[in-house]
Amino acid sequence: MKFGQGKLSRRRLLGGVAGVSAALGLHEVVPHQGLHHAVGTAFAQDGHGGGHDVHGGGAAMQHPLHAGTVGMVDPRTNGFDPQAMLRDFDEGTVVNGVREWELVAEEKTIEVAPGVKYDAWAYNGRVPGPTLRAREGERLRIRFVNGAQHPHTIHFHGIHTSRMDGIPGIGAGDIAPGESTTYEFHATPFGLHLYHCHSMPLAEHIAKGLYGAFIIDPKRGRPEADELVMVMNGFDTNFDRANEVYAVNTVAFEYLHRPVVVRRDQLVRIYLVNALEFDLLNSFHIHANFFDYYPTGTRLEPRDFTDTVIQGQGERGILELRFPYTGKYMFHAHVSEFAELGWMGFFEVTD
Amino acid sequence: MEAAAARGSRRPPWLAGVAPLAVLAVAIGLFVLLDAPGLNRIGVPQESLTVERTVLKPGEIQLHVRNDGPDRVRVRQVIVNDAFAPFTQTNDDVGRLGGSEIDVQYPWIEGQDYEVRLLTDTGLTIDHTVAAATETPGADLSFYGLMALIGLYVGIIPVAIGMLWLPWLRGVDARWVKFLLAFTIGLLAFLGIEALLEGTDIANTSAQVFGGAALVWLGAAAAFLALAWVDSWLRARRPSDDKAGLGFRAATLVAVGIGLHNLGEGLAIGSAYAVGSLALGATLVVGFALHNTTEGLAIVAPVARERTARLGRLALLGLIAGAPAVLGAWIGASAYQPGIAALMFGVGAGAIAQVIVQIAPQIRDGAGRVLHPLAISGLLTGLVVMYFTGLLVSI
Repeated sequence: MKFGQGKLSRRRLLGGVAGVSAALGLHEVVPHQGLHHAVGTAFAQDGHGGGHDVHGGGAAMQHPLHAGTVGMVDPRTNGFDPQAMLRDFDEGTVVNGVREWELVAEEKTIEVAPGVKYDAWAYNGRVPGPTLRAREGERLRIRFVNGAQHPHTIHFHGIHTSRMDGIPGIGAGDIAPGESTTYEFHATPFGLHLYHCHSMPLAEHIAKGLYGAFIIDPKRGRPEADELVMVMNGFDTNFDRANEVYAVNTVAFEYLHRPVVVRRDQLVRIYLVNALEFDLLNSFHIHANFFDYYPTGTRLEPRDFTDTVIQGQGERGILELRFPYTGKYMFHAHVSEFAELGWMGFFEVTD
Repeated sequence: MEAAAARGSRRPPWLAGVAPLAVLAVAIGLFVLLDAPGLNRIGVPQESLTVERTVLKPGEIQLHVRNDGPDRVRVRQVIVNDAFAPFTQTNDDVGRLGGSEIDVQYPWIEGQDYEVRLLTDTGLTIDHTVAAATETPGADLSFYGLMALIGLYVGIIPVAIGMLWLPWLRGVDARWVKFLLAFTIGLLAFLGIEALLEGTDIANTSAQVFGGAALVWLGAAAAFLALAWVDSWLRARRPSDDKAGLGFRAATLVAVGIGLHNLGEGLAIGSAYAVGSLALGATLVVGFALHNTTEGLAIVAPVARERTARLGRLALLGLIAGAPAVLGAWIGASAYQPGIAALMFGVGAGAIAQVIVQIAPQIRDGAGRVLHPLAISGLLTGLVVMYFTGLLVSI
């Protein structure tokens, strides 16, 4: 989904959920009441009624949910909108049968939680970088320009030659500031992969934001679905090699404040990538539902039917599910610490 | 030349003394106005906040912070025990030496420890630990009554009991009085050292920009000099009365010194009570009673050889020494500021040092020595008694 559609879904949200619109309007003046209102309403708006006896509007106000940041991050500050990122797939351009992209590494200050700035390194000005999407067997050509002040590379997960592996010392090696190179290989195997910078020190180059999802569709494709990209990440804002802020698609609690809107009974496919540094594990848990899980997406048969999945560093997988009821459903890392530090959100299921 | 000299002579002499100050003021004004021309900040901002006071209410952790670093601090989020928590703040852009009150909504549980982490706009974190959370008592009438009761128990009553040794002192041998004066000096030395150490401890937790441990020594020096001034004033009032007033003058100084010390002690008790780390009980009160009874003895020792001692005057001395404990407890429990507490401990130590200087001549033996065997044994006894009674009262 492009930015325009993002705005559309946001407007729909504003109309549908008065509390959230109140929060958006009030946050400048009374930040925390605004948040309480938003969160309280989020619970009270439970569509199919099951949650009402537990989380009625009044009860939510008496026992406010003690989670969440104060204020909101305006997507215009970062120049990218996590709402739009969910459905933003970059298929590049096909020139003479070769699928081509250009990625530029640059330095960019981003807002990872309301008011909290982070000096990130970004591919094409966004963290995570663009979701590159190709079809199994295609010839791929990625031109990489280093517009930053440190050497960088792009290392793609997949099957390719050593020279195209994007690591220091082999092939083009480290790309110096102002220099460029072109990586070329075939799209194989199909599945959900990852690309990231592989310059040293590695943890730092990844943690600062040089990563993105890389999808190779099987030749015959996958069933029609509402497809979402969720890159789980974190930010070490005080340089102690531990993350202060956790998120999906960079902004803490983004989908708690502005839920992911999906249709009832429609097949939803989530491309879930763990780009987290410093913590060994990350996880994804969905409330009131179960999903089929395809680790790395390299087989067409699900390995699991579950509601919680754990991913190690660099691990990824595809989730498929349908929501049988309308209403608001939470999703978050079942590592509760990460959840309460920003990795928490809602699906809003509508008819 | 002559003309210039003539003009110069017409100027009032104070002008030459004030002129450099005027030039300095103009220079500072220009420097600030032009934002330090030629000097550019290098490196990243050094953000620093010190938590001066923590107040816990049901569902709320309140931090009173002060910026003791060189740069502005903008708190943007608050994390409590690894979870973002909603909060409000009175000042979202705290300048150097500026303060702010941060109210964090958090359902804390009695007795547990909490790590409150302030996340600034640059991503820096400032951590503060709340140990063994307990509700901060509200400053109502019953609270002030309780603090007054504590002050009465640990300050006024023990000192008054100690003063009951006066009749006995009157009857004993002169050497006993010298021994007891030496004992008093030993006791005061112990209290002075204790005050310096405690003040330094507190100063290290406060905003360093106010001087840290230097505050304690500054307070000590100021009190030492101020009391010397009081003493010379007392002397000037009764220049002829060489013998009769001497004992009372010394007793007054001892009472003032001990009073300033008890103010610090009251502060410590009150603040410990406010954060719930004070085990109020018989042990504490009995400990303080024993500890501070010796202070009463110290006050009456200098007046042992006075022929007349009016009861009202003695009671006043007792109040001067003991009542500040009540005042200290009130301040400590309701408006505690580590910087001020450190300063007060320094003041207590300095006052005690001056008192020692004043009493020391009275323990001279016939040969004019201060450190004769009897005095030394008195000093040591004072130190040892204070050490052991001090073991009974650890806050």
